[in-house]
Amino acid sequence: MKVKHLHTPLSDEDVLGLKAGDNVLISGVIYTARDAAHKKMVELIERGEPLPIDLKGQVIYYVGPAPAKPGQAIGSAGPTTSGRMDAYTPLMLEQGMKACIGKGLRSAAVKEALEKNKGVYLAAVGGAGALLSKRIISSEVVAYPELGAEAIHRLEVKDFPATVINDAYGNDLYEEGIKAYAR
Amino acid sequence: MREITASTITEQVAEMCQEANIYLGDDVINALKKALVDEESPAGKEVLKQLIENVEIARNEKIPICQDTGFAVFFVEWGQEVHLTGGSLEDAINEGVRRGYREGYLRKSIVGDPLERINTGDNTPAVIHTSLVPGDRVKITFAPKGGGSENMSTVKMLKPSDGVEGVVNFVVNHVRESGSNPCPPIVVGVGIGGTFDKVALLAKKALVRPLGRPHPKPFYASLEQRILKEVNKLGIGPQGFGGHVTALAVHIETFPAHIASLPAAVNINCHVARHVERVI
Repeated sequence: MKVKHLHTPLSDEDVLGLKAGDNVLISGVIYTARDAAHKKMVELIERGEPLPIDLKGQVIYYVGPAPAKPGQAIGSAGPTTSGRMDAYTPLMLEQGMKACIGKGLRSAAVKEALEKNKGVYLAAVGGAGALLSKRIISSEVVAYPELGAEAIHRLEVKDFPATVINDAYGNDLYEEGIKAYAR
Repeated sequence: MREITASTITEQVAEMCQEANIYLGDDVINALKKALVDEESPAGKEVLKQLIENVEIARNEKIPICQDTGFAVFFVEWGQEVHLTGGSLEDAINEGVRRGYREGYLRKSIVGDPLERINTGDNTPAVIHTSLVPGDRVKITFAPKGGGSENMSTVKMLKPSDGVEGVVNFVVNHVRESGSNPCPPIVVGVGIGGTFDKVALLAKKALVRPLGRPHPKPFYASLEQRILKEVNKLGIGPQGFGGHVTALAVHIETFPAHIASLPAAVNINCHVARHVERVI
């Protein structure tokens, strides 16, 4: 199985080189955000105010990590269901976000916005939080500490594994998988 | 009359919270290993390998299998010859949750008001289903429930004329629509009968049955197998990457129904199907 290495931040070329079904290993800095942080950021965007993080070229990971034990960089940290972020994702892509990592189905509007803004939707293995935490080297809260697990964390990752679900060309691995294996 | 102190309940609950979230049961591990043999899709096989490795990492490092350590759901069967001293059952269980989630570095995932949405900070309150039973023993079952799979749940008041086919179609269509959202391979809990409230609880209860144990009635055991077969024809596969193992098991629980009603419910669990049980 061919694996592509990605280094953040991502360029349009990085994104356009990816196809649904590709396995990738991500290294560099990524940011976490889930329901509550998205709501806050989108409210700022709508009011025309600056965001706590620069989204240009960024990768957003939909995760609410478990607390780190002493000596750990982070607790278990697998993806949460992406569909809850559908309402916010097109705006995030317009702000320059290049990729988001989660699990589960996306709306038609998100898929269109990925094509329009040259973005990509990746899935990490849901429920593999212990395994995925081993690929996270450091974690630091950079915004909304009052949200606890839902705060925006800056993560440094090394070879973080993910699979391309929706690429910038309108392909969808979930649909392709069902077509290939339904009987 | 036998006496049990509230602090005994609290201690047991605190241990159970950590045990369930860190050590996946052998029933589920064996089902994942069998799935790895049965699955034909390379992407599906790769997912299953990672899931088995994930369970081992969690056990060796004593960290939660999944970061979503769930809503703390309890089934308590309280022997009516047992007297609880030193506090209320609800307080004792919530104190156990508070302690277990803090000491185990488990995620606190509960907001105090569903619309205001401010985290309670200690994963309380728990959801507690209590029933009084004969005897002088107390059985506590703890099944932490992740939000992603819980969201993929549904209740439908079918018509009696819909019959077996209606139930099968309802369950299979719901799993199809849920797709990759509930972290397949999943366990499908199905409730049939009772009332609107009862049928949802039956579906939940179906999820705490150990995998590999069929319904005691042959009719429902074979219906479980039939629905499992149908679900695994959908092609969703592990994590929705395509494959034949969409579900590890289908469990059905039933209750008598009103002459006018055929309620059915589906409650889905992800592959991290956590449940531990203790008898005090």
